[in-house]
Amino acid sequence: MAGTHHTPPPFFKRGPAPLALLTFYLALSLALFVIDLRLQSLDPLRQLVAAVTDPVQRVAQMPGGLVDHAKDYLRGLDDLLSENAQLKQTQLRLAPDLARLEHLETENDRLRKLLAVKEREKAQGEVAQIMYTARDPFSHRVVIDKGQQSGITAGQPAIDEAGVVGQVTRVFPFSAEITLITDKDQAVPVQVVRSGQRSVVFGLGGGQLELRYLPANADIKEGDLLVTSGLDGIFLPGFPVARVSSIERENSYAFARIRCEPLAAVENFGEVLVLAPRQPLPPRPPESAGRGGNTGAPVKEDKK
Amino acid sequence: MIQPTFTSSRILLPVRPGFIWFSMTLGLLLNFLPTAHWPGVPDWVALVLTFWCIRESRYVGMGWAFALGLCMDVADGAVLGQHAFAYVLLAYTATRQARRILWFPLAQQAIQVLPMLVAAQVIQLVLRLLAGAEFPGWSFLLGPALATLLWIPLTYLLLLPQYQPLEHDANRPL
Repeated sequence: MAGTHHTPPPFFKRGPAPLALLTFYLALSLALFVIDLRLQSLDPLRQLVAAVTDPVQRVAQMPGGLVDHAKDYLRGLDDLLSENAQLKQTQLRLAPDLARLEHLETENDRLRKLLAVKEREKAQGEVAQIMYTARDPFSHRVVIDKGQQSGITAGQPAIDEAGVVGQVTRVFPFSAEITLITDKDQAVPVQVVRSGQRSVVFGLGGGQLELRYLPANADIKEGDLLVTSGLDGIFLPGFPVARVSSIERENSYAFARIRCEPLAAVENFGEVLVLAPRQPLPPRPPESAGRGGNTGAPVKEDKK
Repeated sequence: MIQPTFTSSRILLPVRPGFIWFSMTLGLLLNFLPTAHWPGVPDWVALVLTFWCIRESRYVGMGWAFALGLCMDVADGAVLGQHAFAYVLLAYTATRQARRILWFPLAQQAIQVLPMLVAAQVIQLVLRLLAGAEFPGWSFLLGPALATLLWIPLTYLLLLPQYQPLEHDANRPL
């Protein structure tokens, strides 16, 4: 009997059922979402996809670059001349300080050696151009035009002429992502210049920062300058981060609510300096025998 | 559907896969333009993807959506899977609705596409809010509205390579 083993003509073949496919793809995306968010172990996959998207992104940057170029070209000679004069003045104003800086640094080194204090690290870095802001409205990130090829690694801090901009969080072969200090997940350990008090400043989104964990009666005023404290082993100490803009002290909260404005041109395009990684910090001193595991519980003296 | 709109008497040439690839790449390119600080810029990839899912639902589907979503995630610096999830759902809905939507005039098609595009944005919003991000503001939903307005010009633009020259033949009515 012919026809019992009849297979349908290939034109009815449409692959798996749409609902099955939907379930498969949704499960896959959700798995990726959770793994990327919780474990952050998908960087090889990211690198792979970036190899495809990177050329397209480069092309997409070209019109913007051309417009900038044309703007520069069309900007009058007068503008440039006045800007040049201004820059010369600034340079002249800074010249005495700069000339003495080297002298002061050597002197500082010598004095520190005399005092047997560890030498201050010198800031070195690589200048990079900010290519664009990431389109994702949920994260505050910018992408710079230097990556693994220029020796940039994740964790390096980035500054501009006014202060700290952020920190490199992801590195691709020819580009890198900088998470701005205004990002919700970004924290920078800081020190108040006037009082020397240390705390941590967190991003709030929307171009603002919050200084947390300072008691309501802390010695802090509006206009106080916050600089990096360097305790994290990532940021060098002494870079300006933010200025305190408003303080709310309420008795019902244990901590004061302190808002700050970043000093660097955080949300603007421009150039940044990616600082070289710091020398590793000295190892932590061993825990004292009396405090088992540093639980914070009051220590009882052993009686003999 | 083999006509540009259901009332048209013109027959379209079959679509060339190369053109679909080209238009998707163009969508990615438009998304990568540094336009992040302008409110209401539409998600071009979602728009082009919806168009092809409705027009060529047998060729473009959830696989395309997933791959494009991953590309967008990486290029945007978003969490992996955020765009992919939304695009896959968008492609599924568009493919399911394809046969119905094509029987409407273009303006009414656009109105039916609007909820799909809004849903794609809202899904991303919900995913990120669940993951603990802050609310980015209502201008986030302006993009789909603008994309809807672009549906009519987009249809003519993307069907352009499929038009054939008008030649009247008395012996062949179609």
